[in-house]
Amino acid sequence: MSWWSDRRVGPALGSAGVLVLLIIAGMAVYVTKEAWPSFSANGLAWFGSGGDANVQLAEIFRSAPPFEYTLRAWPLVYGTALAAGGAVVAGLVLSILAALYIVAFAPPSITRILEPVVRLLAGVPSVIYGLIGVLVLVPFVNDHLISTERKESVFYVIQLTGQSLLIATALLTIMIVPIMISIAVDALRSVPSSWTEGALALGANRMRVMWTIGLRASRPALVAGAVLALARALGEAIMLAMVSGGVIFSPNLLDGPTFFFEPIQPFAAAIVQGAEGITVKPFGSTLFAFAAVIMVSSVGLSITGSVVRRRLRKFAA
Amino acid sequence: MTAIQSPPPRQDRPRLRTDPSGSWRAWPLRDRILLGLCWAAGLFLIFVAAAITLYMAFKGIQFLRPNLLWTRPEAAIDQSKSGGFLDPMLGTLLIIVGALAIAAPLGIATAVWLTEYGKPTWLARMVESGVEVIAGTPAIVLALFGLAFFSQGGLGFLSTTGEGGAVFGRSLLICCTVLSLEALPMIVGATREGLMSTPRHVREASYALGKTRAATIHRVLLPTARPNIATGCALGMGRVAGDTAVVLLLGGGTLQLAANGSIPGLNTLQGTGSTLTTYVYANSPSGEGGAPEKAYAAAFLLLLLVLALNWAVDRIARGDGRLGWIR
Amino acid sequence: MDPLMPPPPIRRIVVDAPHVPVAPPEPLEAAVRARPRLATDAVERMRVEDLTIAYGPKVAVNGVTLPVHQGEVLALIGPSGCGKTTLLRSLNRLVELTPGAGRGGKIVLDGDDVDVIEVTDLRRRVSMVFQQPNPFPMSIFDNVAYALREQGSKRVKRSELMAPVRSALERAGLWDEVGDDLDRPALRMSGGQQQRLCIARALAANPEVLLLDEPCSALDPRSTAIIEELILQLREELAVVIVTHNLQQAYRIGDRVAFMYLGELVEYGLAADVFERPEHTRTAEYVSGAFG
Repeated sequence: MSWWSDRRVGPALGSAGVLVLLIIAGMAVYVTKEAWPSFSANGLAWFGSGGDANVQLAEIFRSAPPFEYTLRAWPLVYGTALAAGGAVVAGLVLSILAALYIVAFAPPSITRILEPVVRLLAGVPSVIYGLIGVLVLVPFVNDHLISTERKESVFYVIQLTGQSLLIATALLTIMIVPIMISIAVDALRSVPSSWTEGALALGANRMRVMWTIGLRASRPALVAGAVLALARALGEAIMLAMVSGGVIFSPNLLDGPTFFFEPIQPFAAAIVQGAEGITVKPFGSTLFAFAAVIMVSSVGLSITGSVVRRRLRKFAA
Repeated sequence: MTAIQSPPPRQDRPRLRTDPSGSWRAWPLRDRILLGLCWAAGLFLIFVAAAITLYMAFKGIQFLRPNLLWTRPEAAIDQSKSGGFLDPMLGTLLIIVGALAIAAPLGIATAVWLTEYGKPTWLARMVESGVEVIAGTPAIVLALFGLAFFSQGGLGFLSTTGEGGAVFGRSLLICCTVLSLEALPMIVGATREGLMSTPRHVREASYALGKTRAATIHRVLLPTARPNIATGCALGMGRVAGDTAVVLLLGGGTLQLAANGSIPGLNTLQGTGSTLTTYVYANSPSGEGGAPEKAYAAAFLLLLLVLALNWAVDRIARGDGRLGWIR
Repeated sequence: MDPLMPPPPIRRIVVDAPHVPVAPPEPLEAAVRARPRLATDAVERMRVEDLTIAYGPKVAVNGVTLPVHQGEVLALIGPSGCGKTTLLRSLNRLVELTPGAGRGGKIVLDGDDVDVIEVTDLRRRVSMVFQQPNPFPMSIFDNVAYALREQGSKRVKRSELMAPVRSALERAGLWDEVGDDLDRPALRMSGGQQQRLCIARALAANPEVLLLDEPCSALDPRSTAIIEELILQLREELAVVIVTHNLQQAYRIGDRVAFMYLGELVEYGLAADVFERPEHTRTAEYVSGAFG
């Protein structure tokens, strides 16, 4: 019984917390250390554009000592931003509408279905989203949405196979929308009823009340949700690797609607695609550099998001 | 003095004759369009979830054969000879148990320390943000961190090693360790919620009996928070079971469980293997396998597992299936 | 002491009940009080007929029949839980927001059943001010303009709203205090100002009936006096129904008083009659402060 004394238990439990901090420090150190050769060889030009990133990666993979590190990763930055940004914008619209529906307009019977549905969508593994994407959506888009003329119009720069920005963004939206809905629903439900009742008593209809009072009061939560979802979207690897094709490409807005059918290659997907060669030193270092970029941006975003979210909880209490 | 009796219970209870919400038909067009969009969004989500489950169930039942469950995967061009997914199933189980065995003690300890001790405050704040940081770190980054960390020579006993002492930093044990980081934030969050919702008088009653804080935690608080801890563990298990990126990079890339080392039992953990997720990935057009039927069958099994864990969370929370559990 | 306002006579009602006389009302502005209390010209705007409201099996209001006149203040009094707030909330159908609420009987506004009137219209015509000041988290201007903006589907320009917002703030006696800075967040105002802002917000859409649910219970005496004066001025233009716990307040500003007990209407009449010559023992006990 003497083991259970406060003097021992406190520090023993505290060391678990310290271990968590050590793990994070270790992660920052190890990933940066491995990534360093790639960054130091390229400088800030690493983020710039120039040349064909596919060729550059192949050169890096093949290079013998002294190693070759030259890379202009702009197409990857662009691809990551397109997929994640598009998914967050679409997710914001979808999640606001769905949250309003759950909180204010759905009949109770549908709410009872919808809440488990949202949790199910949050729980489906990304490999299943990827499998459906690559086996169902990609062939569908390739066969029915991309005409032969469209393929021919861009065949000298890229081969359209159906593995496209469109599918990547759509699936990513479905994957991040549950967390956005969850945060939005929490926020809408914690809007003081004195405000909503007051607005109803002034003759506003329920849609206007939700729109002018509910959403207005939940704006910080919506921002927090979007930020957390963006962090999630930046780090999604497997599904994007499965549906975005193996080619690094920057979709061109000048191509009109074809833009949406052109492939992308975000950072996380590029790591998965290159995983086989990670033991090759310069190539591995390049992949670690991708991971470092994801790490810094998504960790920064999720800290921002959870600070906002925690501050909101304090208001609600 | 004529006291007024409280009104007798009426036989004819009044019924509401109007729609309590007010009729949307009288709303301006703009608001009716928005209402339509809200309905569309809600029904769309139900449609997507139903489509995914039904499609996977359809394909799963179409392709799932009993012999797939107890034959081991073999590398073969001919799909009739490439076996089933016994090993990936075992691998998934192994990884869930292993990751939980690491994450649960660490997570519960962290949560208890944060809520019950939390001194010094600056450290508690840092740990709190630390847990958030781990929750926000993508699996692929954790995987690369694990690879870099466990490839160090000194940690070779944990992983597969090549000839001449090369440490590959890949084994099921390393997968478990890295995946435990994914489950950790969920366990910490759920445990904290449970501890914080325990009323103060419960603690005070225990102190009043002369128990120490540590004994109170052990005897009173942890048992009260047990449902929350279970919820956190179930959520964490779902996360671990669904992970592909970590196992793909750290599992060693063999479909079979390949033991490594001489101690039975432990050598499986030290060796390489696969899980249902990596099996699906390997057999999809993205991997090298190209056996979509088997990918579908394994994915169906995986979906069933996730649904079961979801259902478990629901049951533990006694129907309190809140959306707040989504992290 | 104002000669127009004799203090209520001190009477013993129940022999062994502890006697607590009603304190004489504080003197009010003579000009406001000079108006004859018996308003024979009053027009009936709303009428409640055999109204019964139940929350599930619990009956909150039982068979109440009551008229509401324009140009008069109707004060609903009674002990906590007697159904007066429920009755008030039923007048603009807010009670329907409570799950499980049911209603029997009839409520009429200008001859139309309130169930027939579109609910948003009804609530614009029968506006309400709540117990706790509940300004929206927006600027003062946006708060007052809220009902005006929600009336139509078109976006109205700020300049067009300026005149009605100003007149509403003037009627609520708030213009002099806040008129120079309408973009200030409403939640930064004092409690009394917030409640007057809520009254201004309710007045902005030009309602016919104004419902007040214990509007002064969260306020200090000074703010209470200002709001009471305001209510007395407002009764010229619209019908006012006020729920109050404060008997002196009911006596000061009520032209007619309805006493409710356990969901039933016990006594209804001119304020002077109810307070000075109550017909029922319960009323007499309550107004003399014997219980409640």
